[in-house]
Order: sequence, then C-alpha cells, then structure tokens
Amino acid sequence: MKMIQFRTLLSSAVLLAAFIATPALAETPEEKGFAIAARSDRSDRGFVDSEVTSTMILRNSQGKESKRVLFQRILEVQDESVGDKGILVFQSPADVNGTALLSHAHILDPDDQWLYLPALKRVKRISSKNKSGPFVGSEFAFEDFTSQELNKYKYKYLREEVCLNAPSLTCDVLERYPQYEFSGYTKQIAWVDQKDFQSRKVEFYDRKDELLKTLTFEDYKHYDGKYWRAHTLKMVNHVTGKSTDFTFGAYKFGLGLGENDFVKGVLARVR
Amino acid sequence: MFFTTKILSLRRLTKFLFCTRSVPSFVLRVLLVFFVSSWCIFQESANASDLGPINVSGFMGLETRLFTDNPKHTGQETGANMSVIFNPEFRYRTADRAHQFSFIPFYRQDAQDSERSHFDVREAYWLWIGDEWEVLTGVNKVFWGVAESRHLVNIINQTDAVEDLDGEDYLGQPMVNIATQQNWGRIEAFILPGFRERTFPGTDGRFRGPVPVDTDNAQFESGADEKHVDLAARYSHYFGDWDVGLSYFYGTDREPVLTPNASAMRLIPTYNLINQVGVDIQYTNDAWLWKFEGIVREGQGETFGAAVGGLEYTFYQIFDSNGDVGVLAEYQYDNRDSDAPVIAQDKDIFAGVRWALNDIQDTSMLAGASVDTDTHEVFYNLEAQRRLGDNYEIELRARFFSGSDPGEDAFAFEKDDYIQLRLSRYF
Repeated sequence: MKMIQFRTLLSSAVLLAAFIATPALAETPEEKGFAIAARSDRSDRGFVDSEVTSTMILRNSQGKESKRVLFQRILEVQDESVGDKGILVFQSPADVNGTALLSHAHILDPDDQWLYLPALKRVKRISSKNKSGPFVGSEFAFEDFTSQELNKYKYKYLREEVCLNAPSLTCDVLERYPQYEFSGYTKQIAWVDQKDFQSRKVEFYDRKDELLKTLTFEDYKHYDGKYWRAHTLKMVNHVTGKSTDFTFGAYKFGLGLGENDFVKGVLARVR
Repeated sequence: MFFTTKILSLRRLTKFLFCTRSVPSFVLRVLLVFFVSSWCIFQESANASDLGPINVSGFMGLETRLFTDNPKHTGQETGANMSVIFNPEFRYRTADRAHQFSFIPFYRQDAQDSERSHFDVREAYWLWIGDEWEVLTGVNKVFWGVAESRHLVNIINQTDAVEDLDGEDYLGQPMVNIATQQNWGRIEAFILPGFRERTFPGTDGRFRGPVPVDTDNAQFESGADEKHVDLAARYSHYFGDWDVGLSYFYGTDREPVLTPNASAMRLIPTYNLINQVGVDIQYTNDAWLWKFEGIVREGQGETFGAAVGGLEYTFYQIFDSNGDVGVLAEYQYDNRDSDAPVIAQDKDIFAGVRWALNDIQDTSMLAGASVDTDTHEVFYNLEAQRRLGDNYEIELRARFFSGSDPGEDAFAFEKDDYIQLRLSRYF
C-alpha cells in the first residue's frame, strides 16, 4: 500500500512540475490568445468613466431604416473579477424617450439590471438571462453590449494576417468562447490589430456553429493620447440580411462619476 | 416660454372647438385639432436642438372607447366615445446637471363625461442635486412597488381614476422631497402639502355605481381639511438578487370612504387620516421574478393588513423567434373591515401572459384575468401596442367583466365591457 501511494505521489509531482514548466517552454494557442485579449483589454485601463451619445440605424433586408438615439455612461471598475457599471438612456424613438437601463456587470454570474419606465416612473429589476435576444430590435444582442469583459471568454490564438478593413495594420486572429451562461454563440472570431491592440472585426457563430453575424469597427479616434474608441460599428446579419449601424459622437472622459451615479435611484433623473 | 404660450393658445383653441356635444362634429373637430397641432409641434420639435437647452417631448393622443352593452345606470354614455389627450413635457437642466426643471401639464377633453375632461399638472419641479443630497421642490409623481396586479405600497400620488381602470394614472402631488444615496441604500423623506382628491366619473360616465360621486363636497377627518400636510419616508436598496423597499406614510389617505348624502342622490367621499407602513420585495433569479408587497394601515376601521405577491417567469426567444413570452401569477389579499373603503381586490387571483415581439416596432401585448375566489367574478384585460413609423403609437385595450351577481362589487360595472383604441403622436 505504502509503495503504491508513494508512486502515485511521485507521478503526480512529475505531472505537476511538467504543467508548471510548460509556459516557459512554449506558449499554447490558448495562452497566446488570452495574452492578446488581455493586452487589448488593458490598453483601455484607467479611463475611469465616460459618456457618449450614439445613433443606431436599423436596416431591414429591403433597406428600410429605423433610428434609435442613446445616451450612455460607463464607470470603470478596476478589479478584473468584477464588471463595469453602465447606464443607457433612450432619447429616440420618441415613445421610449427617457427609458433607461442600468447594469452592473459580473464576470460569470448574471449581471444585475434595472429598467426605468418613464410613463409610470417605475424602476423594475429585470432578469439578465436574456443574453442572446435582440437589443431594441437591432442586430446587436444584449450580450454584444454587456459581455465585453476579459474573463467572460476563453481564448485561442489562430494566426496573424492583414486587417481587412484597415489594410495598413496587421491583425492577430483569435477565437473566443463565451464562458457565461445562455450565450447565443458557440464562438466568436476576433481580429485585433498589433499596433494599437484594438478590435477591428468580430464574426459571431450561432449555436449550430454557423456564421451568423459580422461586426466591423471603424473610425477609431485617440482620446487624451491614451484611449481608443471606434465611432462606427457595423453589424451585418448574414442569415436575415438585416444590418445595424451604430455611430458614436465625441466621447467625454473624466466626468468625476462615482458608484452613486450608477444606482437605481438616479434612473429617473439621468436623461 | 415660447412653447408655453403655444400650448396655452392650443388649449384655448381646443376649448373653443369643443363647446358642442354633437358627436359627429366633435369627431371632425378632434381629428382636425389632432393633426394640425401634431404637425405644428412636430415642426417645432424638429428645430428643438436650435432653440437651446429646453427639451420638449411628450405626446398627443386620440382615443376612442366602444362600450359593447347599453349602460346599466341612467344618464351614462352609450356606444362609442371620443377623447383627446395633450401631454407635452418640458425639461431644462443646467450644464453642470446640478439643477433640473420639469413641467408636464396634462389635459383630456372627453366628448361625453365632463368629469373625465380635466386638466392637471403632472410635474412642475425644481430638483437640486448635490454630492450626497438631492432636494426636489414642486409637483411630481413617485412610484413605489414591484407587483403588477395591484399597486399596494404606492401612496404618494392620488389615483387619477377617470383616466383608466388600471390605477396607473396619477395626479401630480405637491412636495418637498429630500433624498440621500449612501452605499447602504437610498433614504427619502417627503413633505406633502396640498392634498389631491381622487377623480371620479360623472353622471355621464361609465365605471360607476347607481349613485354618482359628488367630488365637490368631499369630507376630511383632519381639521385642516385638504390642507393637512402629509409626511412619508422610504428606504430602498438591493442586496445581491434581492431588491427591498420599506416605506411609511402619515396623512390623508388617497382612498376615500364613499357614503350616500342625505337625499341618497350622491356619494360623498370621506378622506381619513391614516398611518401606513409598507414593504416591497423582489427576488430576481434566472428568468424568475418573485414579488411581494405588503401594508399595514391604521385609521380606517380596525387596523388591517393587505398583501399582493406572486411571480413572473419569462421564456426568452420562444420557439426560436426573437419574441419573449412571460407568464405572471399573483395573489391579492386584504382583510379590511366595512369601515374602510371598498375595494375589489380582497381575495383575488391574477394570471396573465406578456408577449414582446422585440421587433423594430416594439410590438407587445399583455392578456390577463383576475378571479375573485369568493364570488368567482372575473375581470379580463387585454392590452397591446405597436409603434407606427417613428413617431406614432397605436394601443388597444379591451376589458370585460363577467360572472358578477347582484350585491357584488363588480355588479355595478357589469355593462361596462369596452374596447379602446388610442393613437398617439409622440414628439
């Protein structure tokens, strides 16, 4: 008995040593993928808070358009094991003017979300299980907004190639797999440039692992010499032929916002 | 200021136009005013960004109600009825967001019931926001609670009962509201001068008993009458998946006791002084929402308790569509005695289905029924709405009463089944 136990222990130790030693010997595609994603995520560190007004143009397969105007505020939470906080207020269409969504993102647990309905001046805690549903009838799903935290995915490095929508740049191509529950995607393929470490394109694969949508990021601008923000996001649904263009106005940073600006009590007066 | 004069002149115009009661010409005048004024305001809101920081929004609605039965009580309206609603909203805030101003007048002109034609100021306040404190002075609307079938803890505002049966329309309440947000929650205190009496349908109106309510001769328990200054306080916060609210109210109750006058030709509303504590709790987990509201009220007969509780579960993207289907069920309990105001929701079960298509037009509907477990009366409710184009919304409401017997609460409404269509122009 003793002998067997000793041998088990020994082989475990050998395995453990091999495991610990591996990164030093060669980076696995998973580790390289995570490192690239982390570098991209961390290039944005320290923005503290931001505010922006944006416009969504929803287009059906016949090209008929419908418009949404949104006002967004984000509070950065430094701890990578906790997500950021955000408030989103609708300004148009006119019948939903003032409707507001507050979210406290978590990494693998469901986010906390509250919806403010201006007609009744009522704040309603809502379920955040609805990850893959369309956001206000657009081609963006809820998770496309709320699930941009580093640790919400596992990663795998694929290759490097010229960034298709920014030909002067070289992109790292990685696969990422949602780790949170109820995602509508089996995987996403992301193109991240090697110069500024920003996302240039993402392909979304549905639950049948077929290409569902493509998102491209354009009109990057550099704020304060530190933070990159894309000002045009285009989402195309390959199955339905519908698309959504999401364009952003000028971002404002350093607003001095705090935790108390991201609580349900402010929803009635944030617009 | 420019907008205000515009609205005032619009009101004068509508008053001038609606002096007749002949229905066909009323309809024509309503349509004329609706589309002309809708066009005027649209022209202005298109230029709103050029006109500085006053934000103008709101809606105008054209509403028709069709009663399917002849009225039960003499004098009540019959067949189709028409109404127009004006609800502009004006907002201004200083660049640093420390001061906000809001002004929301409301006006309904009803073709048949003069009590339903009414003007109200829904909001007219100045809000100051400091680092830790907020102070709101003026007229405002405040909503508390989590349940769908009955708004039990919600007490700051008086119900505008001529607007709708669902109790989700409120009269503006004068107040000073002081609030502070701390990391352990939000505390609010309310000083409420100027009591608002509940609106009731007139002799011409539906949804009343055989004897109409005399809103001009209300009685008050307080010696100060409607000038009694009411007080309220609330704590609210969330703890993980739990959202909790605790509230206290002392003052004139929003629900009056109705007693016949000497000639028994009118009901006189009597408003008592009450103390009420309330609690509202929601637990949110997965696609489940568990809801509870409870109150204890002292001052109307024996001290009594009431509660409403239930659940809501949503099936997201049902049958591989973009639509969500939610199912709701709630139980209402109330053990008030006969000295307290009569209510319908004493031992009722409510069940409903909510369907949101999540399409570009935000199409949604809610179908539900409330059953009284003692009398087996049933109240059916259907609500549906859809955006038309960018600025219009069409809304359908249908409500039916069934199974009531003489002597039961809903018996007075048994002939008031109706279908309502509202076209709203948002701007």
